[in-house]
Amino acid sequence: MVIKKDYTNGLPDPSELKNEILAKYPRKVAKKRAKAMVVNDPEEQQEIAANIRTIPGIITQRGCTYAGCKGVVLGPTRDIINLVHGPIGCSFYAWLTRRNQTRPTEGEENFMTYAFSTDMQDENIVFGGEEKLKEAIREAFDMFKPKSIGIFSTCPVGLIGDDVHAVAREMKAELGINIFGFSCEGYRGVSQSAGHHIANNGIFKHVVGNDNRERTGKFQVNLMGEYNIGGDAFEIERIFEEIGVTLLSTYSGNSTVESFAYSHTADLNMVMCHRSINYIAEMMEEKYGIPWVKVNFIGAESTAKSLRKLADYFGDKELSAKVEEVIKREYAKVKAVADVIRPKVEGKLAMMFVGGSRAHHYQDLFNELGMKTVSAGYEFAHRDDYEGREVIPDIKIDADTRNIEDLVVEKDETHYREDLVKKKAELEKTGYTFKDYQGMMPEMKKNSLVIDDVNHWETEKLIEFYKPDVFCAGIKEKYVVQKYGVPLKQLHSYDYGGPYAAFGGAINFYKEMERMLATDIWKLVDAPWKHEPEIVGCVTADA
Amino acid sequence: MRKIAIYGKGGIGKSTTTQNTVAGLVEAGKNVKVVGCDPKADSTRLLLGGLAQKTVLDTLREEGEDVELEDIVKEGYGGVRCVESGGPEPGVGCAGRGIITSINLLEQLGAWDEQFKIDYTFYDVLGDVVCGGFAMPIREGKAQEIYIVVSGEMMAMYAANNICKGIKKYAQAGGVRLGGLICNSRKVDNEREMIEELAKRLGTKMIHFVPRDNMVQRAEINRKTVIDFEPEHNQADEYRALAKAIDENDLFVIPEPLAIDELEKLLIDFGIAS
Repeated sequence: MVIKKDYTNGLPDPSELKNEILAKYPRKVAKKRAKAMVVNDPEEQQEIAANIRTIPGIITQRGCTYAGCKGVVLGPTRDIINLVHGPIGCSFYAWLTRRNQTRPTEGEENFMTYAFSTDMQDENIVFGGEEKLKEAIREAFDMFKPKSIGIFSTCPVGLIGDDVHAVAREMKAELGINIFGFSCEGYRGVSQSAGHHIANNGIFKHVVGNDNRERTGKFQVNLMGEYNIGGDAFEIERIFEEIGVTLLSTYSGNSTVESFAYSHTADLNMVMCHRSINYIAEMMEEKYGIPWVKVNFIGAESTAKSLRKLADYFGDKELSAKVEEVIKREYAKVKAVADVIRPKVEGKLAMMFVGGSRAHHYQDLFNELGMKTVSAGYEFAHRDDYEGREVIPDIKIDADTRNIEDLVVEKDETHYREDLVKKKAELEKTGYTFKDYQGMMPEMKKNSLVIDDVNHWETEKLIEFYKPDVFCAGIKEKYVVQKYGVPLKQLHSYDYGGPYAAFGGAINFYKEMERMLATDIWKLVDAPWKHEPEIVGCVTADA
Repeated sequence: MRKIAIYGKGGIGKSTTTQNTVAGLVEAGKNVKVVGCDPKADSTRLLLGGLAQKTVLDTLREEGEDVELEDIVKEGYGGVRCVESGGPEPGVGCAGRGIITSINLLEQLGAWDEQFKIDYTFYDVLGDVVCGGFAMPIREGKAQEIYIVVSGEMMAMYAANNICKGIKKYAQAGGVRLGGLICNSRKVDNEREMIEELAKRLGTKMIHFVPRDNMVQRAEINRKTVIDFEPEHNQADEYRALAKAIDENDLFVIPEPLAIDELEKLLIDFGIAS
């Protein structure tokens, strides 16, 4: 039986654990990793090393640039053919593995269920793959007649120098639809984060602003950095609809390229996953004057807070009343479930190493259940996601970051929203904050251990030390952690569950935690060789 | 069978020297195979009397997997078995990968089968060893001897030294050795002495000094080797001598590449300063 530690009077100082982890590393590695492991003190401004190269030999959680661009950002968009230029594996393994859901209206196209690839062969590597890419685009166009096609470059494309952008321009002219390429070769950045940036740039350059459609609602917003995993977006959309807010576009859960094209007609951008999408929010503010606020729809309290923030922005009495009505009604439902489950899981320990915002957002759900997050970290976040946006000017721009294009955005004189700029200035006087991401660390408990780009060795030591009740990460970590007798909840794909966003999602998550934690099964499971010898033999004295 | 790879700076005369030397070996009764490892596919032009050959990669592209050895091997001057690896047009694709693919295919098709009774295989490789693909002919099981074509010009010597770095790397892992330097004269001052000294420093020898002669050009324009075009000419004897030197060579070494300042000093001592 595992003997639980008592953390009711605060978390223990994990400095000793940190030293023990680092002691195993070669000197140079230890020096680097020490900077990526912070014993948290929410009262202090602490610096963490993030978004730097993983040390070769370390088993990292991170993914590649292509995964960030094709899989994460463009993957959930249904009306575009996402054509992967490369060998077939890259396409297959980026095919809906994040369980992004989508809901096309009747007769509307949905290409998400297909995997499109140029299936490069040896011959295409030797002689170049541009011709095959053109053929694939023509074939896809002939079969599906899409309005747009995106080309995603995998590693070999960059090595042999296929010019996907030139092919995109040529095919765009030939077929008369929007075609654009992404130079998102897997090795382009230190993690998938580079791919998010490249995707943001591509969508902004080739899609945003293409459709200056008339207003359709009184309050028009975009939701950014929400990927509709397990149906999260549907939960949020339902609330917006009820309170009378028109959601123009989501980047990119349950989304369409069509909606990206008119998303610049919004009055406000609401940013959820700051890491993956802040670039577009920033560029839209520069070009169109649309302000953005940080929101979080994970957890009932955070959802309520975010909805109030939205209502306060528009300053409309009717809207505020409607928001309060929804919060009151939904809260009652949430509370009824929480009241039953909370006593069963209260005081249990959680650990999260995932994403660029999830490790932060999900702490709210655990707090609502009275659970403690003892250690957390991101896979691919930058320092601002840990420490808050105020550190951005101090972040060292290294060569890896310079490798990714930084778009120069100019004001669009025709569509620039001076009214919104004025509104923003007025609201700021009343203490309303924009672009206000404080990061994960100020919200975590004293002595919690914050680790960037955690690896398997560190994971094992953390489990030994904290003996957590639940570990949140992804499929690559799942079975290693579970072999330690700790259940793992995937926060990339939600395993088979979800939605976990907004009020309905919170209820689902509480129930999931009850299912996973209010059981002793994980503690009863032990490998047989821990108790009995595998081989039995005997030794005689005169042998 | 001896497997030989010829390297050297671009434009130094690798293909010309190789084919003329091969003609010398053929004349001496040797059975030779030449594998051109250059996307331009001009390593067998003088032996075949023109660019008359379909490359391995083109054939593979057109025929798919159904490729026969006869489709890609063509007999040239004196029965030399000629193969051109081929490759992409300049500026596209990956020529290095092309060489790997094409040599693998040749091996699979049994191009070196006993029945052909091959005495010599020559790999004529494009320019410098720029990437893994161009090192393919010197990896384990391929060429065992390397000759570097060089002249007294600084960049040619610099390239020769660089190639030695590649040879050293593969020599330690496999069995490849440096057989010597072939000086293809550019009429630089003290050229012979300087290359002899460079060879000595690298731990090898200058196997032959090929003087500059316009006859080589004349033969080339007629799509022939010198031995084929003007067998009585002095230059033909030079290539015969080179062929004989290679045939009788028994000094195979792992080269010790020079440091850059050492190389530059060599040039100053022999060339500019003297």
